[in-house]
Amino acid sequence: MTCLPIPTSGPQKKLGLVIDLDICVGCHACAVNCKEWNTGGHSAPLTDMDPYGQDPNGVWFNRIHSFEVVDEDNDSRTVHFPKSCLHCDDAPCVTVCPTGASYKREEDGIVLVDADKCIGCKLCSWACAYGAREYDEDAGIMKKCTLCVDRIYNENLPEASRVPACVSTCPVGARSFGDLNDPTSDVSQLVADREGFDLMAELDYKPTNKYLPPRPKQNEHTVSASNKPVALTPVSTEKAGLLAQWADKVLSL
Amino acid sequence: MHPAKSVILFTTASGAGYGLLFLLIIGHMFGVFPADNTLAYSGFGTAFLMIIIGLLSSTFHLGRPERAWRALTQWKSSWLSREGILAIITFGPTGIYGLCWIFAPNTTISLLLIIGVAALLLCTATVYCTSMIYACLKPVSAWHNRYVPASYLALSLSTGALLLNGILHLQGKNAPLFDMITIVLILVSVIVKFYYWKHIGETKGLSTVGSATGLGSMGKVRLLEAAHTEANYLMKEMGFQIARKHAKKLRNITFISGFILPVFLISLTGITENAGIETLSVICSIFFGAIGIVTERWLFFAEAKHTVSLYYGAQSV
Repeated sequence: MTCLPIPTSGPQKKLGLVIDLDICVGCHACAVNCKEWNTGGHSAPLTDMDPYGQDPNGVWFNRIHSFEVVDEDNDSRTVHFPKSCLHCDDAPCVTVCPTGASYKREEDGIVLVDADKCIGCKLCSWACAYGAREYDEDAGIMKKCTLCVDRIYNENLPEASRVPACVSTCPVGARSFGDLNDPTSDVSQLVADREGFDLMAELDYKPTNKYLPPRPKQNEHTVSASNKPVALTPVSTEKAGLLAQWADKVLSL
Repeated sequence: MHPAKSVILFTTASGAGYGLLFLLIIGHMFGVFPADNTLAYSGFGTAFLMIIIGLLSSTFHLGRPERAWRALTQWKSSWLSREGILAIITFGPTGIYGLCWIFAPNTTISLLLIIGVAALLLCTATVYCTSMIYACLKPVSAWHNRYVPASYLALSLSTGALLLNGILHLQGKNAPLFDMITIVLILVSVIVKFYYWKHIGETKGLSTVGSATGLGSMGKVRLLEAAHTEANYLMKEMGFQIARKHAKKLRNITFISGFILPVFLISLTGITENAGIETLSVICSIFFGAIGIVTERWLFFAEAKHTVSLYYGAQSV
């Protein structure tokens, strides 16, 4: 059924990601490892069309966009911005689905597509504000991030590996995974401490994944009050050795 | 949004079909035009043909058309599912009404009235559901407003009227009242469409690149580097650019071909005594009306901006 699960009174998990925009260096490793794992996982394969041709394109569950933010002082910074399914609480991609293929799991809030039911009408991709849905032209069905549902509960993997592929591979630790419904969890604490936010909160989709804002720039050492870079202090000649002082004199002639 | 030909054909053809059914049945109830079996055969035949073409065409849009029947299961939450179910149910009362008209002219008025009213309500509800498939989508602000159902309903009636008017004139049935009704319905749809265009011109979506990235409070945000070098599914499906460039010209084509010319040609068929001119102008009115409605629907898709484009370089939607 494509109706969203009605919240029950008992404690329910709400699994999701917390992405730290301060730390992400935009290396795309999360997207590559996502593709690598998922092309053999729950929604396999992540088809590529014309991969070595003129117009290569394919299914990716995770993409990294890079933005520039210019503040009032004309000071700019680059923010790398990974984006995958946000597993919204109020997920319209689920409710618009005419077939029941798109569903939200009651037990952990993960939004999935049943590949055997999807008719490929693409309406869910129109309903998703974030562009998290990926159409597989070859299979004729919609695919999407599964939050690595085939890893996080996989008892064949060592416990430390039971996290989404993007989280396990991030070399700088910009991605965290956990239960965002539990206020004591590490991820919830992180969101509380760093004032994590929702993307496009105005649409009221109540995304589970949160983003942590870049920290303010540490400007005082490199930038003067007039916002000009401070000139480098010249190296003192006094402390140079006798030979160096002599060489300096000779060469300066 | 990418204007898929199959979806344009689906919404315009089935819309005109339901409009035609609606007018045929309500006109028969009130005796607006001389009702005989030829009119019933051609009217119901054309309407069902348009609806079936539309519904079949919508399945060509699917990645897995052989599973299309599954779309009838989620009526509790999905407007697309509701549309599919109502489209099928509507064949019932409308078909029975047509059969009574042709084969059982002695059907009691009260029974005919019940079937007729059910048919009228179902035709309206089906077109409303079609419009709600689009109007329920929050990420597309050009669609997420009440002008969308209003224009789908108005255009369904005016294109249906254009067809029925054509059928009446080609069969040599004199129905000056229906000429007037057609012109009024076309004028109503011009007004609704005008307000729709005014609305999408004046209102912007709530979302900006600042809210889409959450970085808006830090300063002015712009896309520095795309996620990949080539276009992906999202950019092809949601990032359609061509129509916005020519929107003004295409609106003029819709206005002139879809509204002005049909009104002029229908007035001409009403006043001319010459049967040749009458036939020619009635055929032309349908031809221009079709160009107008297809342009209108193409624009409806192509002009609409999706919030996904904020992640691909757009500043606002």
